[in-house]
Amino acid sequence: MLEISEIIQEKVAEHGRERKALLPILQSIVNLKNYIADKDMVQIAEALDISAADVYGTASFYSFLETEEKGKYVIRVCKSITCEMKGKHCVLKALEDTLKVKLGETTHDGLFSLEQANCLGLCDVGPAMLINEQPYTKLTPDSVHEIITEYRNKVK
Amino acid sequence: MANNQLKRVDIIFSPYSVAPYEILRLTMHKEKSDVINELIESGLRGRGGAGFPTGLKWKYLAAEQDSEKYIICNADEGEPGTFKDRKLLVEVPRKVFSGMAIAAYVTGAKIGFLYLRREYRNLIPQLNKELDIFNESAKKFGLDFKISIFSGSGAYVCGEETALIESMEGKRGEPRNKPPFPIQNGYLGKPTLVNNVETFASTSMICRIGADKYKALGTDDQHGSKLFSISGDSPKEGVHELELGMKISDFVEEFGDGDTKAVQIGGVAGFCIPRKQFETSIIGEGNTTGGATMIFNSTRSMYNVLHNYLDFFAEESCGQCTPCRVGTQQLLKGIEAVKSGKKPASYLDDLIKLSKTMQITSKCGLGQSVTNSFASIIENFREEMIY
Ligand SMILES: Cc1cc2nc3c(=O)[nH]c(=O)nc-3n(C[C@H](O)[C@H](O)[C@H](O)COP(=O)(O)O)c2cc1C
Ligand code: SF4
Repeated sequence: MLEISEIIQEKVAEHGRERKALLPILQSIVNLKNYIADKDMVQIAEALDISAADVYGTASFYSFLETEEKGKYVIRVCKSITCEMKGKHCVLKALEDTLKVKLGETTHDGLFSLEQANCLGLCDVGPAMLINEQPYTKLTPDSVHEIITEYRNKVK
Repeated sequence: MANNQLKRVDIIFSPYSVAPYEILRLTMHKEKSDVINELIESGLRGRGGAGFPTGLKWKYLAAEQDSEKYIICNADEGEPGTFKDRKLLVEVPRKVFSGMAIAAYVTGAKIGFLYLRREYRNLIPQLNKELDIFNESAKKFGLDFKISIFSGSGAYVCGEETALIESMEGKRGEPRNKPPFPIQNGYLGKPTLVNNVETFASTSMICRIGADKYKALGTDDQHGSKLFSISGDSPKEGVHELELGMKISDFVEEFGDGDTKAVQIGGVAGFCIPRKQFETSIIGEGNTTGGATMIFNSTRSMYNVLHNYLDFFAEESCGQCTPCRVGTQQLLKGIEAVKSGKKPASYLDDLIKLSKTMQITSKCGLGQSVTNSFASIIENFREEMIY
């Protein structure tokens, strides 16, 4: 598995030791382990010669740059008005039931985090959600159960 | 249903020309100034929402003397109810990249970026494959211009062009003061062209069919065709290309479910048009041109709709300026207070005033446009806010 320092090195080689390397670095870390830890931010700050507070300030601005530990799979249910009209609430309820967590929580096995997101750009095929980067559309309580079962089987 | 006012068009999703990037190759045989003039002549306006004339913007960038210039395609598409750019990038990315390359040819830019919202990250492998073909073709045609993808990190406000640039520079996506505009002072302080995905695709289609043919579409006031993202209570949800200048009543007849009570035009930053104004409103006149149209039927609570919008604005406000940061929260709390009876109905008028103040005092389009949907919903569906 890639180390944080290797990610930093790789991105600095690509973008230079400059501020514009920051978001690509943060994104790669999130892709690797789904969140950016405090000590990672300090390390990045040193590498780019900016303050750690700056790194945190930037990371915390963006909804996909998590700064707290998340599950292996982050589920983001679209909460925009059209998905709501098509039954988002039932989908969310089904997710809470099958995962046995509330919105904003992570399952005990560390597999799933349940979140909401603003418009995912899937309004004509809602209700919609992302699991990490994979979109799922026209969700129903039944299809949600199937999808989650598939993910559970994948890691078994 | 038969309808003579509303005309479907099939330009932007039409099949590719035979050889990859043939439009680009042919356009590179034309004089640069002719290409720009053709675009100006076509009447094309930006499809990202603000509607600035595209040809003029290109002309300004061409006139900049800097040797380093950037072309950025804005694929941050975060406006609730909008999904046309996604469809373009999935189905006809070549037209989008052609448009960017033609812009590079006429302005002398050498580097291009596709700023792709984080939510669309699953499209990257496919887009990179197409970019390989593009970069190869550009080299073959002798065009010194390379495009790469910059992935967003999840923030609606980064669709605003200066916030987008801040974010590409590794900072919080907080909009800058304008002027200076990106055309003079953009990415890394260099002259930068930012256009929407659909705008670039349209420019390559204008180069293909010619300004005259494009201009003949639409009405005297609004030329050309445009993509509409249609969602909500409609049996025909999806992306539709239509001639501009149509009446909302015709639109509703074609796309509504027979029981349409209101149409949201231009996404949540746009206007909510009630049934009684369908006959007299023309899409794109006085309401924005982003193309998001959400249809609500009579079973929908407009209070819930407005609550959902305000929740969105309050969350996506970058927080940089007070009228927007505090205003969005107060509007949300305000309608809740009226609904629960803690405030009298007349408080709604105070809230509308607050939203108008936000329009004048906010720094960017986010805070400035909240009043559009806010005032139009409260004024037209007042009882629903109270009872
Ligand atoms: C809050 C906010 C969000 C925006 N989001 C987008 C967007 O997602 N896509 C887009 O093309 N333009 C968006 N814009 C408009 C851009 O600032 C800019 O006007 C546009 O990209 C210019 O391209 P065009 O001339 O081709 O429309 C947004 C503006 C504001 C104020
Ligand atoms: S209007 Fe809102 S989003 Fe725009 S700069 Fe001000 S606080 Fe940020």
